[in-house]
Amino acid sequence: MQDEMKAKAIEMLSSGAVRRVVGWREGDFDYDVTPAFFESVEDLKAHFVYNDFCGPNLSKYMVKVSRMEGKSLVFLKPCDTYSFNQLLDEHRIRRDQVHIVGIPCGGMIDCYKALRKSSGDVLEMSSDGTTVKVKTLTGEMSYPKNDVVEERCLCCKGGKHMVYDELIGEEGTLNPDSNRFRGVKMVEKKSPEERFAFWRGELSRCIRCNACRDVCPACTCELCVFGNDKSGAATKAPVNAFEENMYHIIRAFHVAGRCTDCGECSRVCPERIPLHLINRKFIKDYDELYGNYQAGESSEGVSPLFAYKESDPDPSVVLKEGGADNA
Amino acid sequence: MRKLALNTLDAFFKAIAKTEALYLPVRENMSAAFERYEEGTVYFEAPNTLRSAKDFFFPQSETLAAFRFQQDKIEVVDPRRESEDFVVFGVRPCDVASFKILDSVFLADPVDTYYQNRRRHATIISLACTKPRSTCFCSLYGIDATKGGADIDSYKCADGYYFEANTEKGRKLLESLDSLFTDGDDTVVERQREAVRKLVEKLPFGKLDMHKFGKDAKMLELFDSPEWDQLSQSCLGCGTCTFVCPTCQCFDIRDFDTGHGVQRYRCWDSCMYSDFTQMAAANPRRTQKERFRQRFMHKLVYYPEEHQGVYGCVGCGRCLERCPIHMHIVKVIKTLGEDA
Amino acid sequence: MPVNDTYRPKIVAFCCNWCSYAGADLAGTNRLQYPAEVKIVRVPCSCRVNPIFILRAYQRGADGVILCGCHPGDCHYTKGNYFTRRRMTLLFSMLDYLGIEKERTRVEWVSAAEGNRFAHVMQDFVSTVGKLGPNKRLEDLRCKMK
Repeated sequence: MQDEMKAKAIEMLSSGAVRRVVGWREGDFDYDVTPAFFESVEDLKAHFVYNDFCGPNLSKYMVKVSRMEGKSLVFLKPCDTYSFNQLLDEHRIRRDQVHIVGIPCGGMIDCYKALRKSSGDVLEMSSDGTTVKVKTLTGEMSYPKNDVVEERCLCCKGGKHMVYDELIGEEGTLNPDSNRFRGVKMVEKKSPEERFAFWRGELSRCIRCNACRDVCPACTCELCVFGNDKSGAATKAPVNAFEENMYHIIRAFHVAGRCTDCGECSRVCPERIPLHLINRKFIKDYDELYGNYQAGESSEGVSPLFAYKESDPDPSVVLKEGGADNA
Repeated sequence: MRKLALNTLDAFFKAIAKTEALYLPVRENMSAAFERYEEGTVYFEAPNTLRSAKDFFFPQSETLAAFRFQQDKIEVVDPRRESEDFVVFGVRPCDVASFKILDSVFLADPVDTYYQNRRRHATIISLACTKPRSTCFCSLYGIDATKGGADIDSYKCADGYYFEANTEKGRKLLESLDSLFTDGDDTVVERQREAVRKLVEKLPFGKLDMHKFGKDAKMLELFDSPEWDQLSQSCLGCGTCTFVCPTCQCFDIRDFDTGHGVQRYRCWDSCMYSDFTQMAAANPRRTQKERFRQRFMHKLVYYPEEHQGVYGCVGCGRCLERCPIHMHIVKVIKTLGEDA
Repeated sequence: MPVNDTYRPKIVAFCCNWCSYAGADLAGTNRLQYPAEVKIVRVPCSCRVNPIFILRAYQRGADGVILCGCHPGDCHYTKGNYFTRRRMTLLFSMLDYLGIEKERTRVEWVSAAEGNRFAHVMQDFVSTVGKLGPNKRLEDLRCKMK
């Protein structure tokens, strides 16, 4: 797959059809790839990679690319295409500036999980799609890839691309039984006291590095409400429990209805806070109350928060019935 | 050296905790964190904690002063109290080295009394590394992973923990716990150190070429290097690297309006943020490239220039694992350190 | 903390300019009693209320927050309150999900002619929040220190 992609990229770059290629650059170990903009064939030949560690979603970089001169080629995995569509929907990127090559994805490896499983002293790590082979400072080991794939891949939306100019490999199908709300349901089942304790335990670890915000393809404000001194809500540190709750509620609320559930927030959190459980709660609620909606499925979707029906239930009525989980 | 049997470690913790607050690494989610010891706390021998030990002296946020409004008067409240004495066990040599870097900033004139207060009341027990990780590169900066150099250095060997005091504070603490110890054979420790040193030799980033950095660096040449574009192009501008870094010491001072007064607090800030060093016009570093460059130039060039060649990085490897896009100081050193 | 006679919850009521604020006004001119703990913040439309407003009210010491707007269909701006309804449904559900008492936050529709209803809603809300006691789960201690 990597060779086909590389050939495609070299072909388009050398013919002048695109000015740059947005893909992944190899790291020092196999797991530490970096999203990169390749502008020369030599660079592509030497450093372009695509493997089971290419988790980063490249769609958000299209905001930057849209402001650059010339057309860019970008490789998008199936779930990345949802984010691309959503950004198109919000007029944050220019479709004519980007040539999308859809690529298949067999599930991405969560580096944290893999490193922990490999006792941390990894020198080389490779995956053939089913098994991860690791060479450490003191020996070698291997384990099934499924043990260490990312949360979002455990409940994959399916291998179908929502938008592309051309595809490499076979087009996949949607996966209707992703069971992605299983985590949310587990939290909902707890008592309010347990829920409060659970979230305190998770959110109190937050170091407010803003990685969840900065990586989020739905967070493309030029000036975030939390970084704007005039907003009255600007803070730089999780000074106390209130600030932690505030940040995470508002972060998720601001992307509610636009969140494609790409899982980048949970992938990048250095403290491994399950942020997807907050985003997915909103998704689950509006799916149940207002009908299923998948952000990014089309570039002309209307978020349930930008729409209404006269027959919508009242907030209080829903609450009296014991929360949206019973609706 | 004083020796403690492996199975008496908890008794050792208990004995310390009887007189002073004790902090040690415990398991936290997928990593480790320092926590206050209480009866039943389970010590976790982590290679390193996710957040560095700098939190003990330079917490993420702290109140510097408070102002209370009372009719036509403003009362200024100084929240500083003499810190309690505390002991931190299990600090790795890289983090111990980071304290010296923090000291050079906070204890230089004018002294930061908030920092100094906590620093004075702390007794640090380092724990020499036995299982370095592939992301460790402290040896690059001449830091010895096998000896911490803190108030007390400890070593975990096959037959027990060995302790050695380096300062008066450390000696006092060890003496007060003397009944727990037996005499230890120094050669056991030496043999183990030798073995770990051999492991450290094998680390992939222990011997990077640093000749272009440090106090004799050609600053402008590095500053203007065209490589910064490529290095910084996919940086998210988040603060992960800064906040897990044991040596990053930038902070912001902000006022929080409580409705009946003001709390002036300081909190960590990151040079990677677009709202860092806000001035009348804006952040003078307009692009992420400039902000990215600042962080690494500071660690590799500006800081050594001001501090006799000591680098502003200790090679703990936290940012290597945590950066969301894996663009970290080692990649910067490798890219810029090459001769064109 | 035990709920006793001296505990009086602090309530913030966001009232839309066109209906609920006028409703509160009517309650006042009709000399209808509603609890003095209710502090009204006038907003142009219930739809103006951003979730941050509600959280900030809690931060600053509110024990309950109520949002009042025109009845669905009667919005001065035609559809503002329909958006409010969806947003607040999601927000309240999220607060509940985080383990924060759901009875503390409420949306009520009060028209300009419903002075009576306004007083009644406020009495009911104050008594509900009073039973819950002080807001602990979304408090900011910095704002409570005297």
